[in-house]
Amino acid sequence: MAEENRVTLHGFWASPYSKRVELALKFKGIPFEFVEEDLRNKSSQLLKHNPIHKKVPVLLHNGKPIVDSHIILEYIDETWKYGPKLLPQDPYKRAQVRFWVGFLQQSYETLLLVCKTCGEAQEKATKELHEKFEVLEGMLKEFFPDGNPCVESDDVGFLGIVMISLFGAHKVQSEAIGVKVIDPEKTPFVFYWINALIELAVVKDSAPPHDKTVAFLHAFRSTALKSVAP
Amino acid sequence: MGDDKVVLLDFWPSSYGMRVRIALAEKGIKYEAREENLVDKSALLQEMNPVHKMIPVLIHNGKPISESLVIVHYIDEVWNHKSPLLPSEPYQLSQARFWADYIDKKIYSIGKRVWMGTKWEDQEVAKKELVECLKTLEGELGDKLYFGGDKFGFLDLALIPFTTWFYTYETFGSFSIENECPKLMVWATRCMQKQSVSNSLPDPHKVYDFALQLKHNC
Repeated sequence: MAEENRVTLHGFWASPYSKRVELALKFKGIPFEFVEEDLRNKSSQLLKHNPIHKKVPVLLHNGKPIVDSHIILEYIDETWKYGPKLLPQDPYKRAQVRFWVGFLQQSYETLLLVCKTCGEAQEKATKELHEKFEVLEGMLKEFFPDGNPCVESDDVGFLGIVMISLFGAHKVQSEAIGVKVIDPEKTPFVFYWINALIELAVVKDSAPPHDKTVAFLHAFRSTALKSVAP
Repeated sequence: MGDDKVVLLDFWPSSYGMRVRIALAEKGIKYEAREENLVDKSALLQEMNPVHKMIPVLIHNGKPISESLVIVHYIDEVWNHKSPLLPSEPYQLSQARFWADYIDKKIYSIGKRVWMGTKWEDQEVAKKELVECLKTLEGELGDKLYFGGDKFGFLDLALIPFTTWFYTYETFGSFSIENECPKLMVWATRCMQKQSVSNSLPDPHKVYDFALQLKHNC
């Protein structure tokens, strides 16, 4: 790799924030070195380059750190002008993408609540999650008025990448939590879109092993449930 | 740009609304300001921001844009012929966005715990956190005139509205931000000398009266 374009990504295999940066770099065809962080024992490099939040992902471009996944994705799009664009050129469409990325993030936080609860609390969170997907369903119909959410690998964009990173593992998430994350009857568009996105070669190659993800989610859920047990 | 119709759905004490007011003023954009009653939201607000039903919402030729920093990006990208708000160099832009995000994650929610807090211990914890954040921001400012360097820019715009709430935080929390972060207050005074800022921000004493009323109603 040429010295003048050295790219390193400090990430964690199960982090959706780290995953989206990895996908953005791959979709753009940008060569990079991946450093897998142990989040219980963070590297001195990570702590040096993200002293405020001390979190993954951190992108190093020629030694200069950029943190926060959505900021990294915009940086990548602005710096590497070749390859597929992550954001549209039109300012209004850019504003819409930025808004919906924020909405997807809130939906994910609801999913985490589903994962960390049981009984009535989980039912309530699941209902809220499905309602958020219904809102997303409405958006997709407007974004893709000809009926087919675009799934060419050169047109996945920021929104598609964020969707993959948060809900690409929805079947595994459903299996681990015991709740249907995306309901194909209530939100067929969303269901079609995410399933088409995860079939893309770049996404399949980057997906972590099924069993490893299930085990991770089980552990995450049981730790969370223990911490609220009376 | 002469045929543009710009409407801002706003609420006078909102720091997020103030950001958009400043951006519009910096660019010299004429707009219709509509004050929303957040207890009784207008049909227009519900139509233009059906997802969150929150202000600020910018309506440009009938098309709505929500979320204050998304709106500021939009304004800078559309009215790009004067007074650039965002740095043009990608790395500097990423740094400005990082700190704006930091402000968004911390100041509003911690500040609210200071002034809305009913337990002294909780208020003290929140106060300490707020001072820490403001000191971090003060460190980022360093010896620069503005966060962006020599000129008022995106990050200054992102933070300055919250200074109208400082009197509220200080009064409810019994502390002085000036004592803790003197350099930040020098920066704030410098920003207030700009008309685009001073015309967009309410009197901190009015903000305090509003907060007092809100707290009594809770």
